[in-house]
Amino acid sequence: MNAPLAIRAKFQGTIGKFALDAGFTAPARGVTALFGPSGCGKTTVLRCLAGLLRVNGVCEIDGEVWQDESGAFLPTYKRPLGYVFQEASLFQHLSVRRNLLFGAPRDNHDGTNGGIDFDEVVDLLGITRLLDRSPRNLSGGERQRVAIGRALLSQPKLLLMDEPLSALDRATKNEILPFLERLRDHLNLPVVYITHDIAEVERLADQMVLMDKGHVIGAGPLEELQSDPSLPLAAARDAAVSLEGVVQASDEAYALLTLSVRGGLLTVPAPVAPVGERRRIRVIASDVSLTREAPGPSSILNVLPARIVSMKPVDLNEIIAVVALGADGAGARMLSRLTRKASEALGLEEGTNVYAQVKAVALAPGRGELG
Amino acid sequence: MFGIPNEIWVPIRLTIELATITTLSLLVVATPLAWWLARSKAWFKEAAATIVSLPMVLPPTVLGFYLLIVLGPDGPGGAIASLWGARTLAFTFTGLVIGSIISSLPFVVQPIRNAFAAVGDRPLEVAATLRTSPSRAFWTVALPLASPGLLTGAVLGFAHTVGEFGVILMIGGNIPGRTRVMSTAIFDFAETMRWREANLLAGGMVVFAFAVILTMILLEKRFTRAGA
Repeated sequence: MNAPLAIRAKFQGTIGKFALDAGFTAPARGVTALFGPSGCGKTTVLRCLAGLLRVNGVCEIDGEVWQDESGAFLPTYKRPLGYVFQEASLFQHLSVRRNLLFGAPRDNHDGTNGGIDFDEVVDLLGITRLLDRSPRNLSGGERQRVAIGRALLSQPKLLLMDEPLSALDRATKNEILPFLERLRDHLNLPVVYITHDIAEVERLADQMVLMDKGHVIGAGPLEELQSDPSLPLAAARDAAVSLEGVVQASDEAYALLTLSVRGGLLTVPAPVAPVGERRRIRVIASDVSLTREAPGPSSILNVLPARIVSMKPVDLNEIIAVVALGADGAGARMLSRLTRKASEALGLEEGTNVYAQVKAVALAPGRGELG
Repeated sequence: MFGIPNEIWVPIRLTIELATITTLSLLVVATPLAWWLARSKAWFKEAAATIVSLPMVLPPTVLGFYLLIVLGPDGPGGAIASLWGARTLAFTFTGLVIGSIISSLPFVVQPIRNAFAAVGDRPLEVAATLRTSPSRAFWTVALPLASPGLLTGAVLGFAHTVGEFGVILMIGGNIPGRTRVMSTAIFDFAETMRWREANLLAGGMVVFAFAVILTMILLEKRFTRAGA
């Protein structure tokens, strides 16, 4: 009877000329990325989750019903959520400190009720020295950090973030991303995060909801969707998979880490890390080539036995192949982008055992210090 | 008082009293009205806004004429006055206040409505996501953010009440000590060729108008700078 804590949402309606029919279930933990092209309805779904927009549907968080089909609808201000808008939207008439405390329960300024502590958040977001300033005198990145802190201090059970980085330039984005990673790793708070930038998804998300034209076209763990050839992600020019690896060994002399993923070991250039820690790695489809026989000595460090799970042409001359690591094809999945000509010359088809040569494996930055 | 003859001083006092009471009443009436006009999606909203704006376009005598009927012994004003044993609200200070409120309403509603519209949906949505009920959000977010508009509205309402002549004359009747305010007193002094007294009041009005407009410009400048 104990259902796992989950976000269950289903929204149907027409907003202006836009038809929305989107439903998904996601675990109420970690970061759930709501991903899709501009105009696909991501923000609309997030506003429905928050109750800022009302269409028919169901919204249930951790078994708490916020909206159901019988017409129950909890107004936004009664929902224990935090919402970070695209623009920081700070209250211009209040200082940074009063902005931060605006939604804080009045009996819990010191966080003694086991909630999110003021000093902790201020420290985490690096805004201690801004507290007595006016929001008018802050930079874009500082404002967005204050907005995140303000949402957190309202002690939400769910944090909704609508492209919090999209209004910022590249340098400011890189200034905030580490804060978001720290939030994810230090606070036990489920987050629904909208973005149209796959790099943010790969860096932050644990699971993903993929949207297109008002519909959900896929939902599940990140690497599952990334390696699903029926979804547009795998066919993209920059397609990649994110894998969770566990540190097995460190080679200090060459600054290499050996990580185990399901079905194989990968060597990654990275600073020393304790054995047993988790690291997220990213393997780009065009960095993976396939051979029928074990290659001879090569400059490529990572050669792994694998089995082809599926092959799908992406255009006239190229094919995207999904391979599962391990000779038995039971391990983690990767994508390989190869020419149709090479694929025919090697006689590759579904079920063929191959060796996957991985030219480059990158460590996703900042991921998983606390695991 | 201050060596100023009573026939000059009393209209000045009455004018200040009238404008102060009118302005305070206007803030109470105009703020919720402006809020509704700025945020409602009702189809008849603009029709209501037009009715509120009518006193801006109508000749004050037209407004005064209808007010005279409404406030007079046979109108609802007479019925209300009978509650405390009076016969009419016309030619009374209360009548002047009611007339001033109506004739100055558009000058107060408009800037407040614009200010609420400029605040927009976003701050209120943010407040809602921070567990703030709509009524608390009005007091803690919308009102403070719209305060420059409220201030502009108050100054305009006060100034317009001080400057109103036609409506006042129609429903007040220019009774010394009761309904003779500065604008009607000037008319009276000029009619009776008392140029010195007329000059004193008229000159005072010019100085007052100058001070009001200058204050408004300076306040606006300060708010825009602070908002940038």
